[in-house]
Amino acid sequence: MAGETILSIEGVSKNFPGVRALKDVSFDVRAGEVHALMGENGAGKSTLMKVLAGLYRPDGGRIMHKGEEVDIRTPLEARDRGILLIHQELSLSPELSVAENIFLGSWPTKGLGILNKRKLNSDAGRVLDALGCDFRPTTRVGTLSIARKQMVEIARAQAFNASVVIFDEPTASLTDTEKEKLFSIIADLKARNVGIVYISHKMNEIFEITDRVTVLRDGVLQGTVNTADATVETLTRMMIGRALDSFFTRARSNFGAEVLRVEGMAKKGLFENISFSVREGEVLGLYGLIGAGRSEVAETLFGVRRADAGRLFWKGGEIPFPTPRQAIDLGLCLAPESRKEQGLVIGMGGRENITLPHLGLFSRLGIMNRERETQVFTRYRETLEIKTTGPSQRVGNLSGGNQQKFVLAKWLCNKPRLLILDEPTRGIDVGSKSVIHALIAKLAEEGLAVIVISSEMPEVLGVSHRILTMSEGAFNGEFTGEAMTEENLIDAVSRHRESSSSRRARTAA
Amino acid sequence: MIATLTTGDFIRRNGLIIAFAAILAIVALSAPTFLTVGNLLGVLRQIAIVGTIAVGVTFVVISGRLDLSVGSGLTFLSVLVVSQHNQIGPAGALAVTLCCGLLIGACNGFLVAYLRFDSLIATLAMLSLLQGVTIWYSGGANVNVADSTTWFSFFGRGSVLGIPAPVLLLVLGAAVAGFVLMRTRFGRAVFAVGGNETASIFSGIAAPRIVFATYLISGLATACAAIIMGSRVMGAQSTIGQGYELTVLAGIILGGTSLLGGYGSIWRTIVGVAMLGFIENGLILMGFPYYVQWLVTWAIVIMAVWIDLAAKRGRLLA
Ligand SMILES: Nc1ncnc2c1ncn2[C@@H]1O[C@H](COP(=O)(O)OP(=O)(O)OP(=O)(O)O)[C@@H](O)[C@H]1O
Ligand SMILES: [Mg+2]
Repeated sequence: MAGETILSIEGVSKNFPGVRALKDVSFDVRAGEVHALMGENGAGKSTLMKVLAGLYRPDGGRIMHKGEEVDIRTPLEARDRGILLIHQELSLSPELSVAENIFLGSWPTKGLGILNKRKLNSDAGRVLDALGCDFRPTTRVGTLSIARKQMVEIARAQAFNASVVIFDEPTASLTDTEKEKLFSIIADLKARNVGIVYISHKMNEIFEITDRVTVLRDGVLQGTVNTADATVETLTRMMIGRALDSFFTRARSNFGAEVLRVEGMAKKGLFENISFSVREGEVLGLYGLIGAGRSEVAETLFGVRRADAGRLFWKGGEIPFPTPRQAIDLGLCLAPESRKEQGLVIGMGGRENITLPHLGLFSRLGIMNRERETQVFTRYRETLEIKTTGPSQRVGNLSGGNQQKFVLAKWLCNKPRLLILDEPTRGIDVGSKSVIHALIAKLAEEGLAVIVISSEMPEVLGVSHRILTMSEGAFNGEFTGEAMTEENLIDAVSRHRESSSSRRARTAA
Repeated sequence: MIATLTTGDFIRRNGLIIAFAAILAIVALSAPTFLTVGNLLGVLRQIAIVGTIAVGVTFVVISGRLDLSVGSGLTFLSVLVVSQHNQIGPAGALAVTLCCGLLIGACNGFLVAYLRFDSLIATLAMLSLLQGVTIWYSGGANVNVADSTTWFSFFGRGSVLGIPAPVLLLVLGAAVAGFVLMRTRFGRAVFAVGGNETASIFSGIAAPRIVFATYLISGLATACAAIIMGSRVMGAQSTIGQGYELTVLAGIILGGTSLLGGYGSIWRTIVGVAMLGFIENGLILMGFPYYVQWLVTWAIVIMAVWIDLAAKRGRLLA
């Protein structure tokens, strides 16, 4: 029945060594509702959901499912009860096929444990079709984009007829189109009386799709309100205990000398004819759909990919394409988009992660200077308000947003000349987001050139002095001042698509 | 925000030491001759050879790779050092052996780091190759040190203030290696590459160079062990290092260094190797046939890995 409580948590607590992640939290999910869970980075949102999904055992409290007290010991048990968590950091097996991932742990067999591939693939195919997915059950998951991987996780929920689906920051790496698709799927689930938990730091989404909002702060429940009765201000106040003044602060707009100029850079199959320049004190935004090739351009400039063609000018002089080491030594730095794969060594402490690109600076005669490392760690922990128990706490044990802050700290601590930020605030809460935006503005003020790649329109519009749009591997628009509007950007991104498809049509004719 | 440390936490953190103490106690109680000076020194001498290699291999393992070539590396280098000693004297023999150790490491390193071979396959191939090279070099015959009065005998048989030279060498090597691993820029890079190679590359670390260097270290350590071995036995033959690659690996695993890379330490390796040595010795003293040690060793290693996995799983669910 719609409105009926399916799942409730009563007085749950959870401690990790040195961290009280949840304290006496109660929370419930009703059939056919979208229930938002909000709070700052490290507030305990993911932890609470992992308790529900059988990944953590709570230290106290109880979980009620359909009126009876239950003990959820493993993710499989959670799934059998119809509870499905779609992780903040997606958790699929990249080597397995889409179908194998969907039915992981309960593959159909022909008896004797022999896998029934045909049934597996046809079952998966049916679910994928129902969701309108454009990839096949036999595709290897490792080759899919993040949005498609997410669809695989949703397909899993569909396949097991989940009654509660938990989305942990699902839109953090989606573009607007993909987001719209996700929202229509959520609406669909809702219509079928599924209870949905929705974790996000994005206010507009909360107001767009949720019915109720629960806020956590430092592991403590702040309250549950109807979305209709809430405002951005009240929610922000509940989350961080104060109101936020402004979201974006833009730096001055008289720029210094050119720092980097790129001419005709190309890489087969990824991008072509990339030319642009960026000056001291300028914040250049790169906007485009995911898959447009923005990250690939950044990675090529930084030297982790090789360009096929093109020329590079650094402070006016031509230089060969650098290796990452050379790039860092020049002061050309990249904070990459994927924190788990590219950004951090999750088994190491925060301190060790911050200094990793600058081992030379933090050592003498090859011997590391721990004290100075700790100082830098402490400084950034304060500036970025990072929640961690100490310099050597594994970053793998931090909340998603706090990990992201270390990705940034890593590159800020070395006074770069040009900083490329690829999705810098992915998964970061509203309060810290404005801290980071202010920091970007301040650094630009001091003469740093910044390139911001972001799929979040308000962010690009808010921090940039100039925006380049990119689509299908090529730049197709440049906007400054008054011309930097939402409509123009959307228009640019879609215009190229039309023209390129009509171009294709012309060559075909 | 204050969490109390539970007994479980204590065991988890200090499990290695507890296990070590327990094993020492069991062996000492069941074999009265165990705690004699002569016996202990003997065990330590034996441990020194495995331990020296293991110290080097620990670098490779932390960087996320394996080195299975060390067994036949030890054989070849032992044969080499003894033969060369007979031909060009101790100083030359040492130089040649150390260089060859580095060369073996360089070959492994080149295959794994630059040509991106799977380390298991590359070093297995090297294992097999070196077996062949040994036979070719020595003709399969045993070699013996002709003049056992040179200072070469110090490495295996000498002692300083009553401490056997091999043990001294191991302690010295382990101290240096431990310092390099935990305190230097290079050591940091080894952990980073093993923990997340992509992220280390995105941090400007030349991952292939680091991996290459770990194999050089492993080769060098094997050469040192071969020198100790040749000097201790005052000879060598073509099976002398057989099985050492597995014993070394067992010691490293037992110490708790992760075979997945990114986690581990030298002192863990030393404790792991020492544990194996004492178990082996205890079994012999208790009168078990020698082959039992193989069974027991691996049963213990499997158990250690299982406990480790269980603890990790427990941590997730705790
Ligand atoms: N496995 C773990 N071991 C130790 N501490 C942990 C572990 N998982 C989470 N924590 C800690 O618990 C707290 C809550 O983390 P959680 O991931 O629930 O935050 P979150 O609300 O999801 O934050 P974000 O918005 O950044 O994703 C954090 O301080 C985090 O460091
Ligand atoms: Mg989270």
